[in-house]
Amino acid sequence: MKPSILCKIAARTAAVITLAAAAALAQNDGTEQNAIGRAGNFAITNARIVTVSGATIENGTVVIQNGKITAVGAGASIPGGVERIDGRGLSVFPGMIDAGTNMGLAEITLAVAGSVDLAETGPMNANTMGIKGIHPHSAHINVTRVNGITTVHSYPTGGTISGRSAIINLNGATPDEMAVVPVFGLMINFPRLGGGGFGGGGGGGFGGGGGQQADFNELVRRRDAAVEDLKKIFKNAENYLRAREAYSKDRTLGYVENDPKLEAMAPYLRGQQPVIFTAERERDIRAIAKFVADMKLKGIIVGGQEAWKAADDLKRNNIGVIYTNIYGLPVRADDPYDTLFEAPAKMKAAGVKFAIATGDVGPEVRDLPYHAGLAGAFGLSQEDALRSVTLTPAEILGVSDRMGSIEVGKMANIVVSDGHILEPRTNIKYVFINGRMLPLTSRHTRLFDAFKDRK
Amino acid sequence: MRHTISVTLLSIVLLTGLAFDAEAQGRNDDVLIKGATVMTAARGTLANTDILVRNGKITRIAQNIAAPAGVRTIDAGGKFVTPGIIDAHSHSMLDAINEGSFSVSSMTRVRDMLNPTDITIYRALAGGVTSSLLLHGSANSIGGQSITVKFKWGSPVEDYVVADAPPGIKFAMGENVRRTTQAPQPGQQLRYPRTRQGTIEVMRDAFLRARDYKQAWEDFRAKRTKVPPRRDLELEPIVEILEGKRLVHAHGYRSDEHLNLLQLADEFGFKIGTLQHALEAYKIAPEIAKRGTGVSIFADSWGYKLEAYDSIPYNGYILWKNGVNVSINSDSDERMRRLNLDAAKMMKYGGVPEEDSLKMITLNPAKQLGIDKRTGSIEVGKDGDLVIWNGHPFSAFSRVEATLIEGVTYFDRARDAQLRQDMAKEREALEKLEVNRPPGTGGTPPRVPTERVRGDRDHDEIGDGGIH
Repeated sequence: MKPSILCKIAARTAAVITLAAAAALAQNDGTEQNAIGRAGNFAITNARIVTVSGATIENGTVVIQNGKITAVGAGASIPGGVERIDGRGLSVFPGMIDAGTNMGLAEITLAVAGSVDLAETGPMNANTMGIKGIHPHSAHINVTRVNGITTVHSYPTGGTISGRSAIINLNGATPDEMAVVPVFGLMINFPRLGGGGFGGGGGGGFGGGGGQQADFNELVRRRDAAVEDLKKIFKNAENYLRAREAYSKDRTLGYVENDPKLEAMAPYLRGQQPVIFTAERERDIRAIAKFVADMKLKGIIVGGQEAWKAADDLKRNNIGVIYTNIYGLPVRADDPYDTLFEAPAKMKAAGVKFAIATGDVGPEVRDLPYHAGLAGAFGLSQEDALRSVTLTPAEILGVSDRMGSIEVGKMANIVVSDGHILEPRTNIKYVFINGRMLPLTSRHTRLFDAFKDRK
Repeated sequence: MRHTISVTLLSIVLLTGLAFDAEAQGRNDDVLIKGATVMTAARGTLANTDILVRNGKITRIAQNIAAPAGVRTIDAGGKFVTPGIIDAHSHSMLDAINEGSFSVSSMTRVRDMLNPTDITIYRALAGGVTSSLLLHGSANSIGGQSITVKFKWGSPVEDYVVADAPPGIKFAMGENVRRTTQAPQPGQQLRYPRTRQGTIEVMRDAFLRARDYKQAWEDFRAKRTKVPPRRDLELEPIVEILEGKRLVHAHGYRSDEHLNLLQLADEFGFKIGTLQHALEAYKIAPEIAKRGTGVSIFADSWGYKLEAYDSIPYNGYILWKNGVNVSINSDSDERMRRLNLDAAKMMKYGGVPEEDSLKMITLNPAKQLGIDKRTGSIEVGKDGDLVIWNGHPFSAFSRVEATLIEGVTYFDRARDAQLRQDMAKEREALEKLEVNRPPGTGGTPPRVPTERVRGDRDHDEIGDGGIH
């Protein structure tokens, strides 16, 4: 062998080793957008433990092993070989869950269209899955998790049937590593009273320009027609599925071609997985409740400004609400100034199951705790405010067996702080996702370090 | 002797008469707030302290002040009092935001389009905001003349204007000014400038023309020329900038575009009042500090546009550390209501001390707007611009109980609850009237409420006739 070839091989190998070493270094020094954190076994001792599911433990221990919570309590025994974290003066909370985001689907929404994957074109996109568009290395992810939000529900938008949502942990180098439930709900912008026809899920109230005031009954007629169109889709999907099933049993019936859009609807129209409707007004919410009942679906509402007014319909049909309107302005000039802050307390009083969520595209999901805090300033108890961003979203999202509270057996999604996590002055000290201790670094901490001492 | 006695008797009679008069009238700008934790934003926090306001001015800050006759008392035991919040960047109560036809529209005045019926004023009061700088949008490199107002809800519009506040003017740089984020309509002419380098040239050109204009008037006044120059309403406010009589509030994001403007100001010999938004200001804190220019930022917004992608929540801390006068603004009817929590975030992101954080929404913006002699902190002699909170203002669980401007209560939560009941009764009565009966009974159908969605940040998308 010629020495030059050997040299080349050696050089290439060296280069590969160097690259690998650099990559390994990069993964753990926080410069990656989404560092995966340090696996291990941990015990947080002498801390105040806010379990959410039960009474707060004033001075206790939480043990994390193999990604799970294995012990919680004042007298919990600490296994050998675990890394101890002194929790004196600190509090332990479940990682927060934002049930209303588009996390990972858009990096910069204004004028950087190449980074925006929010809405596919066309009115009916049941087959598209948000998890296939979520960018695991979005800068929003680390920025969010360092403030104690460990899990989010992220969904596409647009059209009438926007696609299917995902429940993801804010940790993982690939979407699969992040996914808690990779394909969760079917997102539907239900035809709104005053909105466009089928396919026109967006937009605000009626009219727009001119002085032409549409007749109210006409608006109801248009909305009902659009709902009928939506029902047809469900019925088509049901017929399609039946035909496919029949064909699979009896080939003489004739081959039914695959229709991925209708195929995707199967678990939803059969009530196995939830259909998630965006709606704000009472009339629209009641129409959705009726649709859910007529079509025998499992339903969830996202938005829910006036959900408290439709409490009876929501409760009768077991529809939970993901409330995204804390940082919103009352629609009418004569609405009480705090009507949107107060809505969670009103839903609580009416017995509606609700989570408080940001409804944000990504960069401001980290403000989730302060949305809940504001609800706590206007009638919701502090306990319920905390629950609305931990256990209740877990329940609505069907993952409360795995997260949302500090209980033995649950996934170790845990936040350690020097105060109440719903308070803006509180500092987060440790974040664990799936039992991995995450570096508290992000795009923002890197830029801070780069410029804080510039003279 | 008799003369003295009669004068004394007369004085006593007169004074007693006056006292009775005051008692009978009970001036609405006299108030005694008792027993609160007072966060002065200037001289620390005082426990269990009273504040006396007479004729709209703070006259005493002490413990156990006895209520003078005729002065209403607010029991603030267990509550917190702060100065009224000052939002140094708002488009509240404005009917239009941008005169988009020219890039330089310095002749336009926000003063001409104030709408005192805008409900956002009331909502701002409910969030503790008492004063604001009202600005044009950011569609223009030089937008127009701004105004400082106090949110005296229910008053005639003239009463809102803070008459002795120094005049201001809005400048803007960056993405919004270039108008490149919106596709041009067919047939629409592209407006210059389309680049950052073009933007600074537009500004430079305006200052050169203003300098020439100023010189022409000086020549005329010195009788070197006989014919007066034609008055130019576009250039006059820019001459005022050159003469240090008008404060420039310049919207921008990227650190390099701030430097463009700061260096332009150096060239023409004036100081920029504030850099607005300035979410990358942390990268050039020493340069800003050196010139004594103030900065007015969002607490932590980022990522919504490319020029905000390097924004960090530690911006306020780094600027503060470098001695820059920093204020936190909202540029949003929605966010204006929770500026207290934005200030609280400064303690978290970097560790700005409590009073310095509070100053960022009170005394610091007051200084930036040139109204700090009369407001921005709780000190004897200043206006009674006060907010009463039911808990620490930096707690998410706290809310505003009352907001006072110059001693007059403009928002009171208890009164608000009563007003809601009154309005509900009025609504009921109105709905009984014939014309509002539902369809089918011969009346006009009710209007479906329109969602009034206003663009928040940077406000250049506000509907003002099509040219954005």
